[in-house]
Amino acid sequence: MATLRDVKKRIKTVKSTARITKAMEMVAASKLRRAQQRVEQAKPYAQKLDEMLSHLATASTGEIVHPYFEEREVKKRTVVIISSDRGLCGSFNTNVFRNADRWLRENDGVETEIVAVGKRSFDYYKKRQWPISDTYDDWSGQLDYDRAREIVASLTERFVSGETDEIVLIFTRFLSMVKYQLCIEKYLPVARPDVTEEDTGPSNEYIFEPTSEDIYAALMPSYATTKMVTALTESFASEHGSRMIAMGNATKNAGEMVQTLTLDYNKARQGQITKELAEIVGGAEALTA
Amino acid sequence: MFRLSIVTPDKVVYDSDIRSLVVPGVDGYLGVLSQHAPLITALRPGHIEFRDADDKVHLLAVSNGFMEVSQNVATLLADAVEIAEEIDLDRARTALENAKANLAKAVTGELDVDATEIRDAMERANNRIRIHERSH
Repeated sequence: MATLRDVKKRIKTVKSTARITKAMEMVAASKLRRAQQRVEQAKPYAQKLDEMLSHLATASTGEIVHPYFEEREVKKRTVVIISSDRGLCGSFNTNVFRNADRWLRENDGVETEIVAVGKRSFDYYKKRQWPISDTYDDWSGQLDYDRAREIVASLTERFVSGETDEIVLIFTRFLSMVKYQLCIEKYLPVARPDVTEEDTGPSNEYIFEPTSEDIYAALMPSYATTKMVTALTESFASEHGSRMIAMGNATKNAGEMVQTLTLDYNKARQGQITKELAEIVGGAEALTA
Repeated sequence: MFRLSIVTPDKVVYDSDIRSLVVPGVDGYLGVLSQHAPLITALRPGHIEFRDADDKVHLLAVSNGFMEVSQNVATLLADAVEIAEEIDLDRARTALENAKANLAKAVTGELDVDATEIRDAMERANNRIRIHERSH
């Protein structure tokens, strides 16, 4: 049986841990709100861009001439894995790595290099001795547009120059506050946009200013950037969500622990009082006898 | 009347019915009225001017982007859009000064940057200053 002082010390420790987890939960909640807002705000643009590309593909006759569409035999592959920088976010990173590992196993046989986004991703794949060509960490859970563009510039440049034949993006999609889905998507080459049936009518003879090629040339970089920005913002939102839930649970557990410990403490205290009383009564009896 | 939506990566700037629209296409300014033929165009930095349902004229600064017109809907996707009255003149001027300084450095080889990038930055800054002056 622990002594009174020991139990008291433990209660204090657990309480201070609970205070920290509570604070972390609240910070994550406020960051999540902002991140979620960003996810929502970015949606219309991404959607319209998709639509425009699809219309463009439908309306422009002949082949799509843009290097981002070029499908080559895959001799070298780049896999971008987006994780968080910091831990204490439940199963968020584990989930990323488990699925990424499975995908990497299933698609073995091609020379593969990893682009690590987030410290955790770098640590994990460094330890497992994967070749890491680039690392982008220290995001502090927020999207930095310039850095996102930097990633896109480096990736597209490597794809167009033929250094890599396929780029795959592994990130977490933010479905709701409590629901996240791991996504493994091909980033480059870009899949040919769907040709929509309804638009193929003669009424939709588009005028291109200046030419469809020029429009592709202007549109594709935006498309690539938007896709990366979406992946990043959604991953960050999921990270904050996971952390909020994990820390919420930790706080709850700490509360329960304090309760049981307090019970133990009171029992021990009561035991001691009873013992002391028994001693006093015993002493008094001895005197009167 | 036709619908205009102006969307940037971080928000929907405008989404309502309008009467007429002028945008900076890569080959020059072009006007759009109701029932315009289907069109897809790339935009360059310049000003967007449109007349809303109440005949009020709006003036905006736009950076690079694209516009699609089809079935009486004009969708304008831009990297950045600023309403003329809200343009931060000091910031635009600072951006212009910076671009000029960078250009000087690039010429002497002190800074290794793409000259077209600097020129684009200068164009964007100049564009914002011009539009600000027009609206005041």
